[in-house]
Amino acid sequence: MSAELSSPAPLAKTAAQALAGVAPEPGVAKPDPIIVADDVVRRFGGMTAVDVRHLEVQRGAITALIGPNGAGKTTLFNLLTGFDKPNSGTWEFDGRRLNGVSAGRVARAGMVRTFQLTKALSRLTVLQNMQLGATKQPGEGFFTSLVKPLWAAREREITAQAEELLIRFKLDAKSEDFAGSLSGGQRKLLEMARALMAKPELVMLDEPMAGVNPALTQSLLGHIQTVRDEGTTVLFVEHDMQMVRRIADWVVVMAEGKIVAEGPPSAVMENPAVVDAYLGAHHDTDLGDESVMAEGVLEQLEAEEATE
Amino acid sequence: MNWSDLLSLTAGELIAPTTAAYALAAIGLNIHFGFTGLLNMGQAGFMLVGAYGFAATAQAGQGFPLSALVGVGCSVVFALILGIPTLKLRGDYLAIVTISAAEIVRLIGRSSVLSDITNGAAGIPASRFNKDFLGLSVLPDGRTALGPFAYANNVGDGWWTRIVAWAAVLLAVLLVWRLMSSPWGRVLKGIREDEDAVRSLGKSVYGYKMQALVLGGAMAGFAGVLFVMPASVQPDAMGRSMTFFIWTILLLGGAATLWGPVIGSMIFFVALMFIKTVMRDVLPSVLRPEQLEPLAGILVGITLMLLVIFRPQGIFGDKKELMLDVR
Ligand SMILES: Nc1ncnc2c1ncn2[C@@H]1O[C@H](COP(=O)(O)OP(=O)(O)OP(=O)(O)O)[C@@H](O)[C@H]1O
Ligand SMILES: [Mg+2]
Repeated sequence: MSAELSSPAPLAKTAAQALAGVAPEPGVAKPDPIIVADDVVRRFGGMTAVDVRHLEVQRGAITALIGPNGAGKTTLFNLLTGFDKPNSGTWEFDGRRLNGVSAGRVARAGMVRTFQLTKALSRLTVLQNMQLGATKQPGEGFFTSLVKPLWAAREREITAQAEELLIRFKLDAKSEDFAGSLSGGQRKLLEMARALMAKPELVMLDEPMAGVNPALTQSLLGHIQTVRDEGTTVLFVEHDMQMVRRIADWVVVMAEGKIVAEGPPSAVMENPAVVDAYLGAHHDTDLGDESVMAEGVLEQLEAEEATE
Repeated sequence: MNWSDLLSLTAGELIAPTTAAYALAAIGLNIHFGFTGLLNMGQAGFMLVGAYGFAATAQAGQGFPLSALVGVGCSVVFALILGIPTLKLRGDYLAIVTISAAEIVRLIGRSSVLSDITNGAAGIPASRFNKDFLGLSVLPDGRTALGPFAYANNVGDGWWTRIVAWAAVLLAVLLVWRLMSSPWGRVLKGIREDEDAVRSLGKSVYGYKMQALVLGGAMAGFAGVLFVMPASVQPDAMGRSMTFFIWTILLLGGAATLWGPVIGSMIFFVALMFIKTVMRDVLPSVLRPEQLEPLAGILVGITLMLLVIFRPQGIFGDKKELMLDVR
């Protein structure tokens, strides 16, 4: 596990290197963006959940999307992946216009997401969940499904790929169990593994680490890096700053629907605008600091705020 | 009580054309509800549409194959009309639309609006549309008795109808087996569990739901053809209570199972006939004959309730599946 983390593959360097010269400011242009979004606005009644002027996501890198609860991260995910419609805005994925495109097509274009509230397909086995994630299975067509020789070969490939991923995610022992019998953390793992079955260009993970035990988190971080090193771009939402600091090549910070900061992890966590967004007006703290997210400190900060 | 009469009456239900027609309709509903999670509350409407399409074509002098094809085609169109506006919406909308559409078909059928085709509430007697079907029979004329089963060969309620009906049921079971153990069936089951998850994996959920609705509806259409063959197209015999009987059969046998709808239908009609016969024998002092039918209906309702409460997985269903926490 630690070996995976301590020896980043060459690609990791190139991702970080590619972003080295990029200015750490909101909406900055990237050298090789896979997503380019402009003026994306989503309102719920009078409340503006997302209001993104300009956002670019670097290809081949791990980008973390952070921000306090209710910042609009999940809503932005929903918009980009076609699960929600914006009031206005346009975006491109891999040079293709994707606004107004249905969720299924977005996924087929190579942009696969997971959900904050896990969606395991309960009365399918773990293996079937995985198989469903695969693409190019001719047997998913009505007429071809009737003739097994037309899809049996592809099914074998898919099954082999699924079993390999299940081993990686430590779910191989569960492969014949119903997904509904998995624990919350295992469902998170399954959902991530399932998203990878499609070999997407870009995988968008909404809090992949929530509810996963710390030991497994370590290996999960390793997996995410492996995924990146194999050429998939990763965009993920996470609240745990330690994780973000450890694997993200780039961090985008949202607050109240807007992008308030961007940059490499260490720079972003010292950014006053970010600390503001999370903690109110306490500019002298670094969010990446081991102690700052501990409950005691937060309570102290809140108490101070109350007395001010 | 005459036990041998009771036995032959109830045994007859095992292979009756009606039992087969209901089994086929329940197989269709199983594709909708059991495998895809679509709440179709108007399966009888699909059957009635199919029966009208068939009877109208056959009355016009066309042969059985073409007439049956037209009947099934009418059900397919019915499925498309109901599916296009509702399958993008939440599941409950399909339930509301199917139940009302089925009622609309029945009410139009029994009114005088289209009485040239439907013959209003009186219905179309089978003699007007089953001649060509019976003419296709490979059986010699006459009667055949096999144990308790003694029927004429080539009449509406005879052996030929039974053979064709049960062959259709077996074919449908085979088709469902092939489809549901294929990747196509896997997508349907995924949709039943969580549409959005399946969408996020790049499948066009709407298209799959439509295919499922059409396939199950087409089966109901042919079930309608089989159902009317022995007697007549009677709109009032194909109303809400028929839909609920089909649901009872499906839940009795077990939704999302292969043989559940078939065995469910057999058990349902044998039990119903048994109850009716016994009641007719035992209760005549208390109940008039015309009161027996509603009482049997009440018993079916109670059975359905008890089933859902105590054995929701049906006879063939896997209890383990239902115990899952479906989040
Ligand atoms: N369907 C909806 N209807 C109304 N308001 C919504 C809806 N979805 C989200 N919101 C609002 O939009 C805002 C952003 O929500 P979102 O779920 O995007 O936050 P988030 O950044 O993902 O938060 P968290 O970290 O807690 O998951 C919230 O204030 C929320 O109340
Ligand atoms: Mg969220």
